[in-house]
Amino acid sequence: MIRVNNLNKSFGDARVLTDITVTFEPGITNLIIGRSGSGKTVLLKSIVGLHDIDSGEIWYDDVLFNKLDFEGKKKIRREIGMLFQGSALFDSLTVEQNVRFPLDMFTEMTQEEKIDRVNFCLKRVNIINANKLFPSELSGGMKKRVAIARAISLNPKYLFCDEPNSGLDPITAILIDELIKEITEEYQMTTIINTHDMNSVMKIGEKIVFIHEGLKCWEGSKNEILNTDCSTLNDFVFANALAKKLKSGS
Amino acid sequence: MLRILEELGRYFLLLKKVFSKPEKPSIYYKQTMQELVYLGLNSVIIVAIISFFMGAVITLQTAYNTENPIYPTYLIGLGCRDSIILEFSSTIVALILAGKVGSNIASEIGTMRVTEQIDALETMGVNSASYLILPKIIATLLFNPFLTLMSIIIGILGGWIAGTSAGVITSEDFIYGIQYAFIPYYITYSLIKTLFFAFIITSVSAYQGYYVEGGSLEVGRASTKAVVRSSLLILLFNVILTQLLLS
Ligand SMILES: Nc1ncnc2c1ncn2[C@@H]1O[C@H](COP(=O)(O)OP(=O)(O)O)[C@@H](O)[C@H]1O
Ligand SMILES: [Mg+2]
Repeated sequence: MIRVNNLNKSFGDARVLTDITVTFEPGITNLIIGRSGSGKTVLLKSIVGLHDIDSGEIWYDDVLFNKLDFEGKKKIRREIGMLFQGSALFDSLTVEQNVRFPLDMFTEMTQEEKIDRVNFCLKRVNIINANKLFPSELSGGMKKRVAIARAISLNPKYLFCDEPNSGLDPITAILIDELIKEITEEYQMTTIINTHDMNSVMKIGEKIVFIHEGLKCWEGSKNEILNTDCSTLNDFVFANALAKKLKSGS
Repeated sequence: MLRILEELGRYFLLLKKVFSKPEKPSIYYKQTMQELVYLGLNSVIIVAIISFFMGAVITLQTAYNTENPIYPTYLIGLGCRDSIILEFSSTIVALILAGKVGSNIASEIGTMRVTEQIDALETMGVNSASYLILPKIIATLLFNPFLTLMSIIIGILGGWIAGTSAGVITSEDFIYGIQYAFIPYYITYSLIKTLFFAFIITSVSAYQGYYVEGGSLEVGRASTKAVVRSSLLILLFNVILTQLLLS
């Protein structure tokens, strides 16, 4: 479980997040949704400690993460897997070396154990026979899968995904969403997913937090999102013409 | 002025992060070996070619500018030797490497920054500055002295070939000249400068890349800045070191 209490974050004079308080439960897909520029990425990066926050608390289960020193944070980070918007695979390493990287860095596994683990993770995300390819030789969807494999290679307790299906075609996007949901349930991870894609919201939105201009405006589930009286959320949900028509028709 | 101080502060903070304890020495060793090939061996040919031709030109220039019977011709060999050792193989080669290696480092690290690869390292709990930069610094500190020595040898060889084949000096005179009044300390001086310059090139370029914000356009700018700034620093330190070491 991850809890954020009264988080504030600004860059210089520009306030990006204001007084965010939210809880993310394990074993379900927690979604942070909002328009581009609303502060989703900054929130996620603040939670993992890539940004220093101005004030507030970030709890990983019963550890107050934002007050830890570098070494303390490092311990928690071993339990974090993160999927970045552009996949962020290491260009100079092959698929296999990318997934192996955390194992090389942080475990004392033998070569065979590492190879087994790499192949297990790659198989879990349906990447077969691509071990020796470089990221530049992969399609967008494959890159995301490899990035997921790398993120789960150390069996993390926490999984963060920043726009996991941006830049993918709708079908691949759904496959990636489902893969993340399955993995989350399988390992009972606390998973937080940033998205602005309503397809994802309706498909895997077990818990949804809506951010607008740095403020948390609404939280609920996909079953509740279509019938809210939060107007900014309605604008977001019914942004496209078809959805609007459906809403007025019903 | 305030900006310069701010940047200097950020530069030294980065260095502090770079030189903190590595998490897994074996991985750093492997990285360093790779960088030796990537940053070192890959520069051998360009340095060799440039050194050969510069040696040749320096010899011919010296010869044509001293066409006067009162100067013994072996002075051409001596002049060629000293300009190569004192300035060419350390400073000019460093400027060339600032262009080649510096832009390479800045764009590699800058690209990793804008594509969030550095963020990925940090979220895993890896000290990204140390992991990315330390092996490069060690590799260039180890390898560039060899480049300098090689450049000296090839430069003098180039001078000898050009001088004798153009007929401005006999082989015996040239060889006498390069041995005449030889001061071994000049080599030490040249190598000390090389170490400073190697550190400047790698750390300044890495700094430019590490703090890129934006996209590929900014990476390009950072790599240009890396070359310009490390070149200027090389020229500045050349003066300072010469004053300290030779006066
Ligand atoms: N490193 C940064 N420095 C200054 N401003 C930033 C930085 N990162 C993000 N911002 C600003 O914060 C706001 C939220 O950005 P972001 O979290 O990336 O939005 P999104 O919801 O699309 O992920 C934007 O206005 C952006 O300009
Ligand atoms: Mg974003």
